[in-house]
Amino acid sequence: MIMIFGIPGPLLFGQLLLGLINGAFYAMLSLGLAVIFGMLNIINFAHGALFMMGAFASWMLLQYAGIGYFPSLILAPLIIGAFGVVLEKTIISRLYKLDHLYGLLLTFGLALVIQGLFRNYYGSSGLPYRIPDILQGATDLGFMFLPNYRGWVVVAAAVVCLATWAIIEKTPLGATLRAATENAPLVQAFGVNVPRLITLTYGGGVALAAFAGVLAAPIYSVNPNMGDNFINTVFAVVVIGGMGSILGSIVSGFGLGVIEGLTKVFYPQASATVVFLVMVIVLLTLPHGLFGRRA
Amino acid sequence: MFGFSRSQQIAFLMMLALIIVCPFVLYPVFLMRVLCVALFACAFNLMIGYVGLLSFGHAAFFGMGSYVAAWTMKFWHVDAVIAILLGGATGAVLGLCLGYLAIRRSGIYFAMITLALAQMVYFFCLEASFTGGEDGIQQVPRGYLLGFISLENDMTMYWLVAAVFLAGFLLIHRIIHSPFGQVLKAIRENEPRATSLGYRTDDYKLIAFVLSCMLAGVAGGTKALVFGIATLTDVHYSTSGEVVLTTLLGGLGTVFGPVMGAVLVTTMENYLAQFGQWVTVTQGVVFVICVLAFRRGVIGELGGALRLAL
Amino acid sequence: MTISRRALLGTATAAAAMPLVRPRAQGAPTIKIGVLNDMSGPYLNTGGPTSVICCKQALEDFGVSGKGLNIEVINADHQNKPDLAVSIARQWFDRDGVDMILDVPTSSVALAVQGVAREKNKIFLASGPATTALTGEQCSPNFVHWTYDTYMLAKSTGGAMVKAGGDTWYFLTADYAFGKQLQADTTAFVQHSGGKVLGASAYPFPGTTDFSSFLVQAQSSRAKVLGLANAGADTVNSIKQAREFGVNQSMKLAALLMFVTDVHALGLDVSQGLNLTESFYWDLNDRTRAFTNRVKPKTPNNWPNMIHAGCYSATLHYLKTIAEMGVAEAKKDGAATVARMKKMPVEDDCFGKTTIREDGRNLTTAYLFEVKQPSESKGAWDYFKLMATTPGDQAYRPLAEGHCPFVKAA
Repeated sequence: MIMIFGIPGPLLFGQLLLGLINGAFYAMLSLGLAVIFGMLNIINFAHGALFMMGAFASWMLLQYAGIGYFPSLILAPLIIGAFGVVLEKTIISRLYKLDHLYGLLLTFGLALVIQGLFRNYYGSSGLPYRIPDILQGATDLGFMFLPNYRGWVVVAAAVVCLATWAIIEKTPLGATLRAATENAPLVQAFGVNVPRLITLTYGGGVALAAFAGVLAAPIYSVNPNMGDNFINTVFAVVVIGGMGSILGSIVSGFGLGVIEGLTKVFYPQASATVVFLVMVIVLLTLPHGLFGRRA
Repeated sequence: MFGFSRSQQIAFLMMLALIIVCPFVLYPVFLMRVLCVALFACAFNLMIGYVGLLSFGHAAFFGMGSYVAAWTMKFWHVDAVIAILLGGATGAVLGLCLGYLAIRRSGIYFAMITLALAQMVYFFCLEASFTGGEDGIQQVPRGYLLGFISLENDMTMYWLVAAVFLAGFLLIHRIIHSPFGQVLKAIRENEPRATSLGYRTDDYKLIAFVLSCMLAGVAGGTKALVFGIATLTDVHYSTSGEVVLTTLLGGLGTVFGPVMGAVLVTTMENYLAQFGQWVTVTQGVVFVICVLAFRRGVIGELGGALRLAL
Repeated sequence: MTISRRALLGTATAAAAMPLVRPRAQGAPTIKIGVLNDMSGPYLNTGGPTSVICCKQALEDFGVSGKGLNIEVINADHQNKPDLAVSIARQWFDRDGVDMILDVPTSSVALAVQGVAREKNKIFLASGPATTALTGEQCSPNFVHWTYDTYMLAKSTGGAMVKAGGDTWYFLTADYAFGKQLQADTTAFVQHSGGKVLGASAYPFPGTTDFSSFLVQAQSSRAKVLGLANAGADTVNSIKQAREFGVNQSMKLAALLMFVTDVHALGLDVSQGLNLTESFYWDLNDRTRAFTNRVKPKTPNNWPNMIHAGCYSATLHYLKTIAEMGVAEAKKDGAATVARMKKMPVEDDCFGKTTIREDGRNLTTAYLFEVKQPSESKGAWDYFKLMATTPGDQAYRPLAEGHCPFVKAA
């Protein structure tokens, strides 16, 4: 067996692969955050709660309507995305003219409300959600057993991330969006309905979070606190990647997942904090993150 | 006197009167908690209100001050005032180290970097043996004041806490209404202009930060002695969030805002503890309403209605 | 003009804070019980409102009104924060006339409350927390540790698994005092029974939801048993993921602290085959079934586990003691009341007959359960089959090893 730094080779590769899988989650979540911040200048602290709502939506669809996992992958993001649209129209749109610190505080408060309400009705123990039969089991890769579901998560996340990046960077719709962020009145003068565009963007970011929630439901217990555990790391990811950058959040999401995985092998107690260490180092050297472009 | 305007003087005298009268009517331990939170909020307010920087990791200084005061009191049996001052010194030193790293950035980046640094302090407290980990440092005696006055009695302790709070409050006010404070105001209003006038703005901001952290440490140390316990909650980011809520509710950048916020938030928590499940939701709702409709906070709105600066 | 508005502000503030002043109750002395536990966090279902319900059930079963006793039950959420709990406990004892505090899960919180109860000479009956420190060096004459502790869990689950052939262990440990203590206690038993600990992964607590890398490390250690030194949502997650990674095919899972409420949250298809220890199970015998039938209608979605049963049992015994001592006597001196409780034999539907030892340890029986296969389960909450029983006097740490300061040397 090859030993690298005292760790058996197969174990190391296994951890790297696992880190990549976690990174997929981070990337997906930070993608939604980056889209919202990049386009709307809102730091959406409620993202963790919306992620949790996505997981709950898929659970509820199964519980009350008998709708399974694969349809939920589409339905849950639509439902929660719609909720996001309502949120934006009623509450969030009032914040655009203010300092974005208020956006942070408001969404922080929203997160408390949403999580508190879910906790009151569903308790904290978590609700069971099964891995769909077709994705059960594991594949022997030689150096570790990879659960098929986790493999699916990486693939789905990568596809969605790439699709989002492509839409924003390569399509006319994306171009209009980017233009609207730079100069809204001018774009509006061209006849584009900018407020509606913004609303849909927020809804889109929320839908991304909900999609990640559905992906997460079979792996983590569906409980109201599941968002909390992710939100700090995801913020660090977004900041490291550069707060408005889509590519930045994808790259740093996967990258940080791998770094975290490596830390778990060598010094597990620090695995929750290594992300922040990286964030501090990055911020001190590159003030706007790896790919940030905003002044 | 201390740079208070006439209306502020009146408000200060009222506050003083309440501080003197309340312990005979209300539960002293509750009031002590209010005063500690108020001092912490005032320290936080110094940064956001007068320097314009939102620190999302202020719990690190509060908590470390709390731990150091608790530890020195429990194991070295120092005088109560010494313990509190050591707590303040810890806050200051930590503020210097972390501030040196954070002060180069501003706005949202400053907030995020303070959050990250505070998380690292939290991790340190979690792993270090002297903090007692999840148990915290418990059964901390209140000790003696000036060597012979026992603080075990709630009322005696209250007067000490009130004195500490007033000293801190007046110190902050003195700082603001001094030439140093004027420079801070200039930096907040227009930093490039201040730089062009020759002021080293980063140094000024750092000094203000260190002072703010020192007072947060004093607040933490006092709290540890009152309740006889210092735990991880004191360094957790939810405490950072709470002080933001407290100051926001009371009124960012006002003189008496943090105090009012402390009264409201502590009362709310106290009252809602029986309804356990609704505390988080209520805090969230308060946050949302404050940001949407009530941005100036209670004192801010009051001051606005009366056309006074409170 | 301005002054009067200011005065208005001041008066309004004082008035708003007024509700905190509670006049001393006049008339017949009331015994007040305060249930202090986690009402909103990870231990909501393990303790929470169901503990309050079981406490009130004890009042009903004792026939409080028939015996002319005035008892009041209040509760509060400590959110697993020691300083909040200390705050509430102080106020309860000082201002609100509470005589006995009940439950208090989370070991760090329990230790803090224990100190306050001792300082004020009131009573603390703990059903929720796990740490043996409560009856060890930190023991108190105002305190009884009612339901279970880390030593009992380690001996029952750990010892039994080694006997069944699980002689090599790997631990997945929550990196804080409780997890480390549980790991240490279990390690002692494993080694004592001739087994070996091949390794351990300590993960950051709280906040870790993904255990995949630790589980992979556990698998590569080739140990026969995976010991889960954690609780609540962590246990639920680690079990789910252990199944996902096929860990349960090569290793046996020992959930060192797990309740029937957690099994309910996981579902049988994930938790089948797990070994765990509780001192109460609703379907154990006729008496436990009778108790559960009384309590069930009030908490249909969350049936009682050992912590809830402990709240019932502790309250019932406390009431019996007060009835014998007289309310005035009982209110005056907490330590004396606890001393009386230790002298009187404890008996109820949940735990049968037990004794409270000198150091405050209630010697309940430890039952080792295995979670049934889905096919074996015949009805709602039919989750466990009994594998082994350790009687109370053998299940707990011997008195001498605890170094409890006020226990006289034998």
